[in-house]
Amino acid sequence: MRRFGSFHLAALVLGFAFLYLPIVALIAYSFNASRLVTVWGGFSTHWYVALFNNQPLLDAAWLTIRVALVSATLAAGLGTLAALALVRYRSFAGRTLFSGMVLAPLVMPEVITGLSLLLLFVAGDIERGYWTVVIAHATFSLGFACIVVQARLAGFDRSLEEAARDLGATPLTTFFTVTLPLIWPAVLAAWMLAFTLSLDDLVIASFTSGPGATTLPMRLYSAIRLGVSPEINAACTILIGAVAVTVIAASLLLKREALAGEKG
Amino acid sequence: MNASSDAATRRSSPGSVRRDFQPWNDPAAKPLVEFRNVTKRFGKVTAVDALSLSIHAREFFALLGPSGCGKTTLMRMLAGFEQPDEGEILLDGVDITTVPPHQRPVNMMFQSYALFPHLSVGDNIAYGLKREGLPKAQVRERVDAMLKRVRLNGFEGRRPDQLSGGQRQRVALARALVKQPKLLLLDEPLGALDKKLREATQYELMDLQTDLGLTFMVVTHDQDEAMTMADRMAVMDQGRLLQIAPPDLIYEAPANRFVAEFVGDINLIEGRVTAVEGDLVTLENQHVGVIELDEDAPSCQPGDALAIGLRPEKIGLSHDEPQQAVNKVAGEIWDIGYLGDMTMIQVMVGGDEGKLLKVSLTNRTRRIERPFAWEDRVWLSWDIEAGLVLAS
Amino acid sequence: MSGAVPRAAGGCGLLVAAIPYLWLLAFFLAPFLIVLRIALSDAATDQPPYAPHFLGFDALGEFFAGLDFENFRLLGEDALYWQSYLSSLRIAGLTTLIALALGYPLAYAMAMAPKRWQSILLLLVVLPFWTSFLIRVYAWIGILRPQGLLDMALGWLGLASEPLRLLNTDTAVLIGMVYSYLPFMVLPLYTTLQKLDGTLVEAAADLGATPLTSFRTVTLPLSLPGILAGSALVFIPAIGEFVIPDLLGGPDTLMVGKVLWSEFFSNRDWPLASAVAIVLLIVLVLPLVLLQRAGRAAR
Repeated sequence: MRRFGSFHLAALVLGFAFLYLPIVALIAYSFNASRLVTVWGGFSTHWYVALFNNQPLLDAAWLTIRVALVSATLAAGLGTLAALALVRYRSFAGRTLFSGMVLAPLVMPEVITGLSLLLLFVAGDIERGYWTVVIAHATFSLGFACIVVQARLAGFDRSLEEAARDLGATPLTTFFTVTLPLIWPAVLAAWMLAFTLSLDDLVIASFTSGPGATTLPMRLYSAIRLGVSPEINAACTILIGAVAVTVIAASLLLKREALAGEKG
Repeated sequence: MNASSDAATRRSSPGSVRRDFQPWNDPAAKPLVEFRNVTKRFGKVTAVDALSLSIHAREFFALLGPSGCGKTTLMRMLAGFEQPDEGEILLDGVDITTVPPHQRPVNMMFQSYALFPHLSVGDNIAYGLKREGLPKAQVRERVDAMLKRVRLNGFEGRRPDQLSGGQRQRVALARALVKQPKLLLLDEPLGALDKKLREATQYELMDLQTDLGLTFMVVTHDQDEAMTMADRMAVMDQGRLLQIAPPDLIYEAPANRFVAEFVGDINLIEGRVTAVEGDLVTLENQHVGVIELDEDAPSCQPGDALAIGLRPEKIGLSHDEPQQAVNKVAGEIWDIGYLGDMTMIQVMVGGDEGKLLKVSLTNRTRRIERPFAWEDRVWLSWDIEAGLVLAS
Repeated sequence: MSGAVPRAAGGCGLLVAAIPYLWLLAFFLAPFLIVLRIALSDAATDQPPYAPHFLGFDALGEFFAGLDFENFRLLGEDALYWQSYLSSLRIAGLTTLIALALGYPLAYAMAMAPKRWQSILLLLVVLPFWTSFLIRVYAWIGILRPQGLLDMALGWLGLASEPLRLLNTDTAVLIGMVYSYLPFMVLPLYTTLQKLDGTLVEAAADLGATPLTSFRTVTLPLSLPGILAGSALVFIPAIGEFVIPDLLGGPDTLMVGKVLWSEFFSNRDWPLASAVAIVLLIVLVLPLVLLQRAGRAAR
């Protein structure tokens, strides 16, 4: 009875048009030769060239990538440990508090996370800059990373670990030769999620960074407040392209993994 | 359990595969595995209840019971995945109760096989040997020998998901066997195989066990599997062992009602003892009438309530009244189930509100001259050796 | 039987939990307590950089003595604050409703689409969600601003000659919010609709239901968990949203996230900003509890 009719097609076309037309327009105008966004002045890659000569923007981009790399690694590592603790150990002291703290950042408005971390750094007299942003990003993406790994661990066949132990592996060897290789795709997916979350974040970075540590979203934000310009369009287009490639690669990876899972 | 040892001294074991292999009857033999008063609780549930058990070297031992009877827990305690709350477990005379799984000379073949999906067949089998820190060449040699043994040479590069169910079962077996364990535990080893393959694999397992001179302990809920393979089997229910004996004794001399009903088909008849003369017990049931049976040193008195069991294949069926038979009763056929090799017939005795008895006939000829049909009036008969006295 | 953890794993497990546990205590719970403390402190004496004396043990008594609900009183008295909460709730609620109205047909069509399309369609829904928030909002500035793409398109079609002047209005905020959060609505809806047993609709038809009746009596009730999950995923982040109202909204667009931001960065009133945050959390937790209740009732 699964009939796919014209109503469904219309819903798909309109829905995806709504989702994609703004982005398509944004990308199109990044190739506009005219500085006036309203007038199409012909095709040009002029703004991309300008972008690569914009040193503050490039610095911001490099800083953002460094923040994302380190914070994603921290978040994936801590998130995996948290997921292991939550899935494997049904009762330990303060488990409720622990799961609450892991999951809270998922529903917590970014303004609050940012504000509270800033107040902590001020209270601890910690100079704000690169590391404070890394810590803040790792903390708020930890919960997301944990959920991804948790889903994988929930479907994990415990008898595989028992088999390893039975064959003479210590608990630590078991973890590194059996558990970790099997949950690896999820850890990688968690890392990618944390990476894009960090790349994307404006609010928390604005609270927790200090002078000299301006991230790309912060710089874009102040540029956008000044008005629309093709140069911003070009920067956005590059970001969109980077994210699209990452997400498609990640989904292909997970799909292959899912296929292997079905067979096994 | 007393009943079983009585039975063992009383009868020979016509069904035992290896007639002279009976270490459990040798008081001087030292058991390989010993459970001493082992209790395991999960919350309020007692999975294993003050259980004692001995398994001897080179024995093929089967643990049979309904699901939830505690047999898996018993096996997992041997492997080291569960710790007993009370009692101790000895292996070769050494207390292994608190030894972690990876330090026990015991290996297990998991019900799900638990093959590592990220490793090839060869690496799966080599996994345990690598943990021992053996030199590469030796690992390779033993893996190759094992692959040949389970007829999987040429498959070492494949992933588990590229194998058939039977091949996976053999990889799981090889992975455990290559460690040369003192004791191999097999958790429902044939449960995932289809019927034909299961039969063939049963005999393969038995050959492997005798060839390698290993001790096997199988946990299963399938009685055919247990009876085919085991030297001795234990029937377990609610955390307790009800009987430990060779398969033929479990079937022909069950220790109690649960064992009798759990293993094979049986007709239960409850009655009152009317006379006891030496080994001959006479009892009366309102539907079946007077029954005589031969029981060694009967402990019952006239007037006692007594339950007996009659296996369906021990009852004869005829159209005419058998003149010679001591035990006989007339009835009407209510149901006929044709199974090919045999026919199951349900006969109502003692009137329409009486008792339904199951009789099985082996179909030895292709045609039967006077076939039985529904509503036929027939006679059932059995000799005095057929009835079993059942403790409740 | 398999539920129990072997005793030997106890020590190891403690270590596994301890690392993220300590991290969260330091960087989640401690900051949160600081916010609470500062919200209850006096703006005059605790101006930045306020003394972090309350971290000591001896300060515990001082902590209770120094509690000051003045900031919260201010939130209640000044119309600006409670109006901004109400306005946040209103905009988040409207966003949720519109996203549901747009997302349901889309999710339904996706679930009905041929199997081989589905993973591609799913990826297409997820993809915009991964691109930067800022970029998506920026795209709408270009569309909604005077002489922007929308005005151009309408003029070209001859539908409107006057500029619509949508940018910097609440309508622009709504459009931006719906656009940004639509994937959050579609994903759970699609998941429930896709799992829906097709034979149920066939059974309804077999028993005499028209397509519309079978949708209303079978499909819709069974997709309720998806509707609730999607609504929660849209509503919760929408309440505390800052970027969208800031960039698309006008000077009279009131939202808590924006108030908190300006209280902090422009007015430098940290205690008041902290109080705004605490109340925002309460405002957020209440609908969450209600939604969870509704979810339990639906089951």
